Amino acid sequence: MSFQPVKFYQTGTFTVGNRLLAPDERSVQANQQRSNAINSGHRACQGCGEALGARYAIDAAMAASGGKLIAANATGCLEVFSTPYPESSWQLPWIHSLFGNAAAVATGIAAALKVKGRQDVRVVAQGGDGGTTDIGFGCLSGMFERNDDVLYICYDNQGYMNTGVQRSSATPPAARTATTMPLGPEPGNVFGQGKNVPEIAMAHGIPYVATATVADLRDLEYKVNKAMSLHGARYLHVFVPCPLGWGTASHDTIRMARLAKETGMFPVFEAEHGEVTGVLKIRHRLPVEEYLKPQRRFAHLFGKQPHHETIARLQAIADRNIRKYGLLDEEGK
Amino acid sequence: MEKPFAITLKPGSSLTNLTGTWRTARPEYLDRLPPCNNACPAGENIQGWLFHAESGDYEQAWRVLVENNPLPAVMGRVCYHPCESACNRAQLDEAVGINSVERFLGDEAIKRGWKFAASAASTGKKVLVVGAGPSGLSAAYHLARMGHRVEIHEAGPLAGGMMRFGIPKYRLPREVLDAEVQRILDMGVVLKLNTKIENIEASLRAGGFDAAFLAVGAHIGKRTYIPAGDATRIVDAVSVLRSMEGEDKPMLGRRVVVYGGGNTAVDVARTVKRMGGEPIIVYRRTRDKAPAHDFEIEEALQEGVMIKWLSTIKQAGEGEIMVEKMALDEAGYPQPTGEFETLAADSVVLALGQDVDLSLLEGVAGLEVKNGVVQVCTNMMTGHPGIFAGGDMVPSERTVTVAVGHGKKAARHIDAWLRGETYAPPPKHELAEFGKLNTWYYSDAHKTVRPMLDLLRRKTSFDEVQGGLDENNALFEARRCLSCGNCFECDNCYGVCPDNAVIKLGPGKRFEFNYDYCKGCGLCVAECPCGAIKMVAEDI
Repeated sequence: MSFQPVKFYQTGTFTVGNRLLAPDERSVQANQQRSNAINSGHRACQGCGEALGARYAIDAAMAASGGKLIAANATGCLEVFSTPYPESSWQLPWIHSLFGNAAAVATGIAAALKVKGRQDVRVVAQGGDGGTTDIGFGCLSGMFERNDDVLYICYDNQGYMNTGVQRSSATPPAARTATTMPLGPEPGNVFGQGKNVPEIAMAHGIPYVATATVADLRDLEYKVNKAMSLHGARYLHVFVPCPLGWGTASHDTIRMARLAKETGMFPVFEAEHGEVTGVLKIRHRLPVEEYLKPQRRFAHLFGKQPHHETIARLQAIADRNIRKYGLLDEEGK
Repeated sequence: MEKPFAITLKPGSSLTNLTGTWRTARPEYLDRLPPCNNACPAGENIQGWLFHAESGDYEQAWRVLVENNPLPAVMGRVCYHPCESACNRAQLDEAVGINSVERFLGDEAIKRGWKFAASAASTGKKVLVVGAGPSGLSAAYHLARMGHRVEIHEAGPLAGGMMRFGIPKYRLPREVLDAEVQRILDMGVVLKLNTKIENIEASLRAGGFDAAFLAVGAHIGKRTYIPAGDATRIVDAVSVLRSMEGEDKPMLGRRVVVYGGGNTAVDVARTVKRMGGEPIIVYRRTRDKAPAHDFEIEEALQEGVMIKWLSTIKQAGEGEIMVEKMALDEAGYPQPTGEFETLAADSVVLALGQDVDLSLLEGVAGLEVKNGVVQVCTNMMTGHPGIFAGGDMVPSERTVTVAVGHGKKAARHIDAWLRGETYAPPPKHELAEFGKLNTWYYSDAHKTVRPMLDLLRRKTSFDEVQGGLDENNALFEARRCLSCGNCFECDNCYGVCPDNAVIKLGPGKRFEFNYDYCKGCGLCVAECPCGAIKMVAEDI
């Protein structure tokens, strides 16, 4: 059973908190005592989706583990902006080693805890899409295959933003990056499958795989909780818009995540042992232009001569997601 | 501290890094004026009382409501709810049923016997209120709360004014009116019935009053010349409705022609229907031009009231009248066509508006009367110092809600005048328009429809036509409020800040920004559902 939104009580579970809900129905983020796992003073850009997504996810994991949590972090924005020597924003035991080995480090921590008989302490590994889908992919696949007791969280902002917005295997087709310039007959990133790590994780048959966005906090918290209630290898893929790399206004971060979900560009679902068990339905379906237009990385599609064909190919990707995951409810709204 | 090899600094917290210095614009909390409050002629804080109703605290909701309006059960029945016309939710699905929640709170207060909070300490001042209609009662209530001694002198046999002698029972049951009037009298307001003021200055002197509020209403039915034989019975609508309250019901015969297109015409026609007559409304213009509210016309038609649009009465004879058909000219004014028609009629009721009885003001210095109404300044004071006026006798829209608003406004100015001061209303907040909201966050929920009495009983009895909400659907309806422009503690700003720069102060205390760390990204502003935060440029 996937996350069931409460639809009444004024804003139901759409907002972060709701004074009309019973205390046990409220979110971790609404709590004055939330752990603030990543504290103020970090150097993330204004409106950073990753800083927000990381706090949402780790606060929820801290709440689920009673504060007994260790994090291994891959290289990337999240690591760089949170821990410039000698400062740290992290309010939990946290380790950074290399770009590509976060999953392996977490595996080692989990193994050490097992040897020490510390069943009460839980382990998460986290990284951006570069450290997950490209550089750390081998270690990650190994962690899945061995079913190590780690929750791996990928914060997907669709590129290497920290080093100057280069393409990753999670960058969407047609998007402009420093390495996929809008030049030539097919401007921007190439059309292709990219690397769909949630589906690859499902192919490993691990206990739990889920996707989430920073626009649906309650769904994200539900998924972290669910993951923390299980043991073995678990994978959570969180969609975190990047104002810098995408060329969006800093106040539009959550709106962009909402539009990605509502257009079908980013399917929000969960799967157990390789099978999809639930999806977060689209509430008000929108055409992909609504999502693409506010982003400068897609601006070349909307110039004096709009690339209707390219937009149609992106719409086809969204339509395929909607079909494949059943993102519309029965009425087909 | 012993540091490991090659380590020269202690680990520190990022809290030393004050990222607030990056900011070029700062978010600030504010209260904007919800469109419902802005539209309410009685100046109710609608969003404010709905906030308490949302959590099921109906008594607190009622208490916030009556800070501005002492007659919620009446208002929840007879108000034409301009608040709902202005409601932002109408642009989302349908307006919030404010009027029905107000009635629920008013009825709940009567059922549970809630009393008004204690008044302020006595000021020793004494105010005369002339007329116990909605504006007089409202002024008396507010003046009493401020600690003044209030005496109401009412010419009629019962309190309520047009609420009793103009609005039929099927819209406002009298026990509801009586209960709300009694609650005001329980504050120590003295009501003298059958006391007509002949000369206001003499009465002020005789009673030792320091100020007066005049609210005598407009009770004289306007006449028009209709050539008629001796046998024709022509009466005015106000006296018909007034006599409905007495022992001797009006004798109008079976076929009754009501002349006019306002709410009073509709009220008379529906009253006639309930008495077993056959009412026909004759109005010279079209339905969309009629001053009556469309829902009242609709309800009248449902009950079998006949309406002849575009017609004027030319002549009234024995048992019949002659009407002339009209046609609208290019400017939208009705013009005679020369086409005539006869209608059977035992009597004709004129519902052409009302005039004010100004006899009590004769000889008062400084008073100005224009178009049959008393002119007042913005502080509701007439040209004569210490004599204020409101309701139907001053230039304004003639509704119960406007009258209640006049009473409150006048009370504030009278209070200030008695202390030798001038009342300055607090500045209005900027309006919370629909564009200021992020409506994504609100649940989809359609308006609750109030039950209507079945048609047969509507045609034959004076039972109340429109039913009320019960506790469950009143709660649902209250929770449809978007809380436009006013924080309702949804925690969105606290949640969506990537920098933990929002401090949650706890239930009822709202939030604060921590400007040491706020980078000014504006996410809190964009994701605030109700538009209670704005960005302000920093001085750089």
